[in-house]
Amino acid sequence: MAYSDKVLDHYENPRNVGVLDKDDPNVGTGMVGAPACGDVMRLQIQVSEEGIVEDAKFKTYGCGSAIASSSLVTEMVKGKTLDEVAEIKNATIAEELALPPVKIHCSVLAEDAIAAAIADIKAKREAQSSQKESA
Amino acid sequence: MQVNFSDNYFALFELPVQFDVNADQIETRYRTLQRVLHPDKFAQGSDAEKRWSMQAASFVNEGYQTLSKPLKRASYLLSLNGISVDEETDTNMSPMFLMEQMELREAIEAAPAAADPFEALDKIKAQLRDSGRATETEFAKASNNNDWQEGRTLVRQWQFLEKLLSEVKFAEAQLDDV
Repeated sequence: MAYSDKVLDHYENPRNVGVLDKDDPNVGTGMVGAPACGDVMRLQIQVSEEGIVEDAKFKTYGCGSAIASSSLVTEMVKGKTLDEVAEIKNATIAEELALPPVKIHCSVLAEDAIAAAIADIKAKREAQSSQKESA
Repeated sequence: MQVNFSDNYFALFELPVQFDVNADQIETRYRTLQRVLHPDKFAQGSDAEKRWSMQAASFVNEGYQTLSKPLKRASYLLSLNGISVDEETDTNMSPMFLMEQMELREAIEAAPAAADPFEALDKIKAQLRDSGRATETEFAKASNNNDWQEGRTLVRQWQFLEKLLSEVKFAEAQLDDV
């Protein structure tokens, strides 16, 4: 199966590969996996007090499409608010990368990873504010 | 005739619908069915009979593959109980499990640079086989208790382990090529 140029570009030059401190209160971490292909994806966002994504990193073990999907997503989220980031859907990713139907699930993985990262940072912030209230 | 397409594979192989199977029974029944369905037996038959025998043979083969491989048998048992593994659409796994998977992947990636790359990969392989066996045992227990949700979780993890095992074998093959 032929990969699109965009997939190849992200696969060969992945953006924002790396790790952020998952214990940092301003970092949200999303980990997801697809049993179908055994892919594992970790996506992290660093979020300012104002709720803007300042940085994003990923580490993905999987096929070219999974790597390209997560690489693209880290580019897309930067500078966006959490609400805007939550709007990123797999269809957008799949379209941007011209993924064939059999690889759509790779973009689902990326969408789910963002959702998990958002959920993580929100949970951290809620825990923080309830701590402040009780203090 | 001995092949009924509406049978499930357990019925086709005259086995009770349960995870634990008698491997000898599968082999014996497979050979019997193969003999009955051999193309030579249908050489004089009509086109419809020939077509039927080919379909039946592939149904039997599929059944054999499904029942003789533990992970496939487990997934199939889930599907008979109306449980879908959602292997492509449900990406929600235990974070702890995913963390382990990531570490194992990192270990596979680092293996070629190890002092003894083959030993490093052997260790990972042994670990994966142990985890696979443990998962199989757990699945047998869960299925005997009709705990299909637990069974589903286990099958999903098991799929990762098998996939990773094939990655290790691939890494080994690449070492051989160097």
